[in-house]
Amino acid sequence: MTVEPAATRLRHQVPLAVWLVLVWMLLWGSWSWANLLSGLAVALVVLVLLPLPHVVGGVRVRPAPLLAFLGHFVTDLFVSGAEVAWQAVRPQGVRRTAIIQVQLRVDSDLLLTMVAEATSLVPGSLVLDLDREQRLMTLHLLPVRDHADVERKRANVLLVEERLVRAFGAAEDVDALDRARTEVAA
Amino acid sequence: MTVVGAALYALIGGGALLALVRLARGPSLLDRVVATDTLLVIISAGLAVHAALVRDPTLVPVLVVVSLLAFVGSVSVARYVGGMLLRSRTGDGRDLGLPVAAEETEGRS
Amino acid sequence: MTALADVVAFGCLLAGAVLCLTAGLGLVRFPDVLSRMHAGTKPQVLGVLLVMVGAAIRLDGWANAWMLLLVAAFQLLTAPVSAHLISRVAYRRRHVRRDLLLVDEFTGTGHQDEAYRGDEPGDAPPEHPAARPGG
Repeated sequence: MTVEPAATRLRHQVPLAVWLVLVWMLLWGSWSWANLLSGLAVALVVLVLLPLPHVVGGVRVRPAPLLAFLGHFVTDLFVSGAEVAWQAVRPQGVRRTAIIQVQLRVDSDLLLTMVAEATSLVPGSLVLDLDREQRLMTLHLLPVRDHADVERKRANVLLVEERLVRAFGAAEDVDALDRARTEVAA
Repeated sequence: MTVVGAALYALIGGGALLALVRLARGPSLLDRVVATDTLLVIISAGLAVHAALVRDPTLVPVLVVVSLLAFVGSVSVARYVGGMLLRSRTGDGRDLGLPVAAEETEGRS
Repeated sequence: MTALADVVAFGCLLAGAVLCLTAGLGLVRFPDVLSRMHAGTKPQVLGVLLVMVGAAIRLDGWANAWMLLLVAAFQLLTAPVSAHLISRVAYRRRHVRRDLLLVDEFTGTGHQDEAYRGDEPGDAPPEHPAARPGG
C-alpha cells in the first residue's frame, strides 16, 4: 500500500461523490438546498466508511463517438432482444449455442469493464470469464446458426470495443487500437 | 383502455407464472436463482404497469427497493455457491456434496 | 397531445409486457442454465427500460420520472454483474449441455494464478503467500 498525496485521492473521490449526491437528489425527486447538503453529508459518510480502490487511467468523453456508440447499442438491444425472444417462442426451441473466446485489444481496467458490461447487457451474449492479463473474454452465445454466424458475432464484439474506445478511451488507447488494426491488415 | 389493461396484466401474469414453474421445477440451485431474479424483475415491471394504469405514484419507491433486492439476492447466493466451489478439489463441488449437474446426464442420454 | 402520449405509453408498456412473457417462456423452454440466463437478462434490460418509459409518460411529474430513471439506471448497472457471477459459477458447476454447443473454445484461463483464485474481494490477503511472486 503506497500512501498517495491527499490531492490525487481527493481528485479520484470527487466523481464518486458527485454521483452519490446525484442519486440522492433523484431519490428525493426534487432540487433544494436541503437535499444538496444532506446528500453531500451522506456521500461523505459513505466514502469514509466504504472506501473503494480508485480506477487507474483517465477517461475523456468525446460526444460524437459517444452518440454513435449509444445509437448502435440501442439498435443492438432491440435487434438481439427480438432474436432471443423469437428463440423462446418458436416451436423448435433452442438447438445450438456456442462458447467463444474473443481477443480484445484495449488495455485499461475501466474500458475492459465497459466492454464486458455492454456485451452482457445485449441479450444473446453472456460474459463467462475475463482474463485481465491476456485480455481474453469468454462469451456464451445463444442463437447460433453456423460457424459464419459465430465469426459475425465475434466481429460484432470487436466493433463494440472499438466504438467504446473511440468514445471514452485516452489518446494512447485509440493509438493502440489503430496499430492493432494495421497489424491485422498487413 | 380496460382491454389494454387486461392484456397487460395477462402478459405479465403469464410471465410470472412461467418463472414460478421454473422456480418449482429447478432442477438445480442456480436455475432457481435465475428464476427468482427474473421473477422479481417481472414483479417490478408489473408494479410499474399498475402504477401507470391507475396513475398512482406511491408505488414508485417500492420499485427502487425491489429492483435492488433482486440484485443483492442473486449475488449473495452466487457468491455462496462460488465459495463452495473454491473449497472443492474436483472443481465442481461434487466432493462437497453438491449434486451432479442435471445437464451432464441429460446430454449423454 | 395527451392522447398521443397515452398511445406511446401503452405501446411501451405492451412491448415490455410481451418481453416479460417471452422471458418466462424462455426460462421454461431453454435447455441449460446458461441459456436460461439469456432469457432472464432480456426483460431486465429492454423490458424494464420500456416499462419505465411508459410509466414515466403516464405518471406526469418530474419527481416520479427521476425515480423511474434511477430504477432503469440501477438495472443497467447491476444486471451484468449478477449475470456474470451466476454464469461463471454455472459454468464451473458444469450446467452446460455440451451436446448443444456448436463451438467450445473455453479451455480454462491457461495459467492459474497461484496467489489469487479470482473470487475473493479485491483487498483480500493471498491464500498461499509463499507462491506470491517476489513474496
